[in-house]
Amino acid sequence: MMRIEIVKRPQHSALFSALSPFIALLLTLIAGAVLFSILGKNPVSALYSYFIEPLTEVWSIHELLIKAAPLILIAVGLSVCFLSNNWNIGAEGQLIAGGIAGSILPVVFPDFQGWYVLPLMLLLSMAGGMAYATIPAYLKVRFNTNEILTSLMLVYVAQLFLDWLVRGPWRNPQGYNFPETVQFNESAILPAIWAESGRAHWGFILALIAAVIVWFMLSRTLNGFEIKVLGRSARAGRFAGFSAGKLTFFAFLISGALAGLAGIAEVSGAVGQLRTSISPGYGFTAIIVAFLGRLNPLGIIAAGLVLALSYLGGEAAQISLGISEKSARIFQGIILFFVLASDTLIYYRIRIVSRLSDTALKGA
Amino acid sequence: MKKLMMALTMAASFALAGSAHAADKLKVGFIYIGPPGDFGWTYQHDQGRKQLEKELGDKVETTFLENVPEGADAERAIERLARSGNKLIFTTSFGYMDATVKVAQKFPNVKFEHATGYKTADNVAVYNSRFYEGRYVQGVIAAKLSKTGVAGYIGSFPIPEVVEGINSFMLGAQSVNPNFKIKVIWANSWFDPAKEADAAKALVDQGVDIITQHTDSTAPMQVASERKIKAFGQASDMIKFGPETQLTSIVDNWGPYYVERAKAVLDGTWKSHNVFEGMHEGLVVMAPYTNMPDDVKKLAEETQAKITSGELKPFTGPIKKQDGSEWLKAGETADDKTILSMNFYVAGVDDKLPQ
Repeated sequence: MMRIEIVKRPQHSALFSALSPFIALLLTLIAGAVLFSILGKNPVSALYSYFIEPLTEVWSIHELLIKAAPLILIAVGLSVCFLSNNWNIGAEGQLIAGGIAGSILPVVFPDFQGWYVLPLMLLLSMAGGMAYATIPAYLKVRFNTNEILTSLMLVYVAQLFLDWLVRGPWRNPQGYNFPETVQFNESAILPAIWAESGRAHWGFILALIAAVIVWFMLSRTLNGFEIKVLGRSARAGRFAGFSAGKLTFFAFLISGALAGLAGIAEVSGAVGQLRTSISPGYGFTAIIVAFLGRLNPLGIIAAGLVLALSYLGGEAAQISLGISEKSARIFQGIILFFVLASDTLIYYRIRIVSRLSDTALKGA
Repeated sequence: MKKLMMALTMAASFALAGSAHAADKLKVGFIYIGPPGDFGWTYQHDQGRKQLEKELGDKVETTFLENVPEGADAERAIERLARSGNKLIFTTSFGYMDATVKVAQKFPNVKFEHATGYKTADNVAVYNSRFYEGRYVQGVIAAKLSKTGVAGYIGSFPIPEVVEGINSFMLGAQSVNPNFKIKVIWANSWFDPAKEADAAKALVDQGVDIITQHTDSTAPMQVASERKIKAFGQASDMIKFGPETQLTSIVDNWGPYYVERAKAVLDGTWKSHNVFEGMHEGLVVMAPYTNMPDDVKKLAEETQAKITSGELKPFTGPIKKQDGSEWLKAGETADDKTILSMNFYVAGVDDKLPQ
């Protein structure tokens, strides 16, 4: 019998830290080529339609930005949470809360129109996301409740509330009783960045702005220092006079606000009305994006784009090669596996313990 | 950056050059809400697609995208099909409606066909099926066979298409047994085998001895088999999953419609329309009546024949709503608009409609 142990490396190589994303990419390409060959597809054209084809047309780049925007917005907020050791798993719920709060104006007051509507909607959406994120934060600080559970459970509450709202009070009276609200009026639509060539909307710009601001805060301000210190060692933070409770609220409020903003950007920019479901799980995918970007807001921009590309590539491969949607998702999993594995192996190494030393241990 | 883009574009044009000479074929695209292997809703659309390929042979080339979420993703998926040269695109779920209309505005030369919606345009046609006709026949059978006098109904979403079915089933059952009851459980999903199975188990535990479903997986049929009760299949013939359980199934027969519409595009006679077809046109087909005594089978066949000929319309008064108020007077029939926007139960349904 052999045993495999994962041992922390005393030092990690700066060279391999820099190379790790590229090594991961190379391994992904090789594994992908093997996978597609087994499926009987030409691996070169499969990889082409996966990674390159979505980038060859302008409209498709627009779609990439649409898909990446909510992922980046949410992941940037989550990075603050995760760095400070607050495990907010409920961004999906905060996104929905923001989407609902931001939709109050166009749905309930459709005649209220003007340039000021959109800024108000964005503010309302952030307020909605923050309010919803306050619940797990309060429960954690006041009752020491596990925020992973409470924030996750609140996702289902938000989903069911949205469902009820869109089926009931907010249903479009002219909509044949289908569960949808009215289409938003012109002044409640988040405009396209460059309407002549595609439908990418200002959500992506908002995501970039949020990423830069949060990056600045984390790396250049006392607040950012506080987050990192308390995140690594709560005790050391207390000695420095930092309050863990305050920070929990701060982290949840930021990530709630950004998730809420992602919600209204999706509703008003990409869809144009509220529906019973407004997100295909962006709040959860963003957790992957946050870690893929190594909890660095600028890294998260890149990670969001990569993950968005893997969705679009999966679709392109379905059309050009008839690769099923399931294999496309497996491939997505392979990418994440290699990226995370390469990262892990920089900090840890695998030691194989043979039986001999094992018995020696038992004897001791 | 510019150079890179140019290089990529050139690479793309080379890669695509191979398929250019096949341009005289009509490319037909499909957007599916689930996987073709659901053996229900999407499976039947995919059967229709296969029939289209079989009958029109090398005149057509079909592509599909599966598991496309409704909302922002749908718009991208539809646009991708339009951009990759598909001239006829079928979007096969209600939730694709607005996305279909939006993409259609950008591609005036592409014909779009949206299933079960209501928004049309010059290049957007709508096709819908009178599934409720089959539900009426199911109701008749259920009331004849049930010993407890209660049927279980697994609903997907409380939208008109599903509510229509519940009401029609109820009316069919009441035509045999005026005291018949229906219990409804909402799965809140079109395809979720685990949830559908749980719903089926809960219904059996509540004393129903016949199950019908408006969700797309075969899980309820399998639960019914295990619990030794009877069930109706949904969208496709599910007899394989319950050889001693399935009474019949409403089979969505999309194939002929897909063939007809593709031919129309090839001939240049395609026009937008809004059709609502049922047994009479052959869109709703009943799977063989099995696992029932001959007299029930005979009654089912007679009911089916009457609906097919138009002699029997399921929504004909006198019908009371669930709250006891009158909906249709004796002899009055509901018009299509009322049917397509139905959001209330008829008397006798043991459930409160979520709204």
